[in-house]
Amino acid sequence: MKMLSSFCRCVWVSGVAVALMLMTTATAWAQQVPPEGGLEGFVPANSLPPAQRMPAAPLLIAAYAFIWVALLVYLWFIWRRLGRVETELRQMEGQLRK
Amino acid sequence: MRKFFAPLLVLAILLMVVAPVLIAEAPYEATMGLIQKIFYFHVPSAMMMMLSVFICGIWSIIFLLKKRPAADHVAVTAGELAVVFGLFVLVTGPLWARIAWGVWWTWDVRLTSYFLLWMIFVGYLLVRKYGGPGSDKLSAAMAIFGMANVPFVYVSVDIWRTMHPKTTVVTTLGEGMAIPFWFCVFAFLVVYSLVFVSRLRLEEQRARVEQLFLEASDI
Repeated sequence: MKMLSSFCRCVWVSGVAVALMLMTTATAWAQQVPPEGGLEGFVPANSLPPAQRMPAAPLLIAAYAFIWVALLVYLWFIWRRLGRVETELRQMEGQLRK
Repeated sequence: MRKFFAPLLVLAILLMVVAPVLIAEAPYEATMGLIQKIFYFHVPSAMMMMLSVFICGIWSIIFLLKKRPAADHVAVTAGELAVVFGLFVLVTGPLWARIAWGVWWTWDVRLTSYFLLWMIFVGYLLVRKYGGPGSDKLSAAMAIFGMANVPFVYVSVDIWRTMHPKTTVVTTLGEGMAIPFWFCVFAFLVVYSLVFVSRLRLEEQRARVEQLFLEASDI
């Protein structure tokens, strides 16, 4: 009986999640507008328009640098927090043994 | 979990060092030029954010149904990573837009819906941190709501008139662009796994400390 009720709850919650997904997607499809503004695909070119070389480069470098630095900082924060928590854990385990 | 850490770290560093070389050698895009190369980090970041949202949503469902703390730890980890990788997208996107569209930001349907999705997960983390007792269940419900928004965000560019490139840009990439792109996706997946493993361990250890604290207070 308990298993059946758990199964029913599982089906119900999964159903709600799927229904929410379908609802949001259906809302989007229901308001179709001819897709004109965006690009359908990228066209490769052999050379770069000269006017774009200088202004784009700093922004491109900034984008890559931001991701690199942010990832390293985030990892450093995690490892530092992990070190503190593990020290606290060892201390608590030692106190409990006493 | 610890045995995966060192190989993942080495692989992640290698891939992230090789990726810019491949990107530099990839052809320029005809209309956008150099700035289009942000795409090679921007889209994989967005993919990792979406992956995180799905992991967070699915494990939140499991947590609500089975009441397993382990599922909650996975959901919290994924929720935080969704915010981190979402931030990469929200920072690199405007840098691209400034050159490609002439503006840093526009309230375009893709940008707006993506920003709202990101805000839902910022809300998720705030509820976790400051929500008090019961916030784990409330935030799990928020994660399911956030996950339900993903298809809407994904198809938005194909349905509404928008300045943002459509989803077809990925499937129609030529070989010169496809190889560095999928390499970057793999590199981001490895980096994501590395960060995920570290953050999950932190969450598990934190839960152990809380459990020991409760045991100590019972004594």
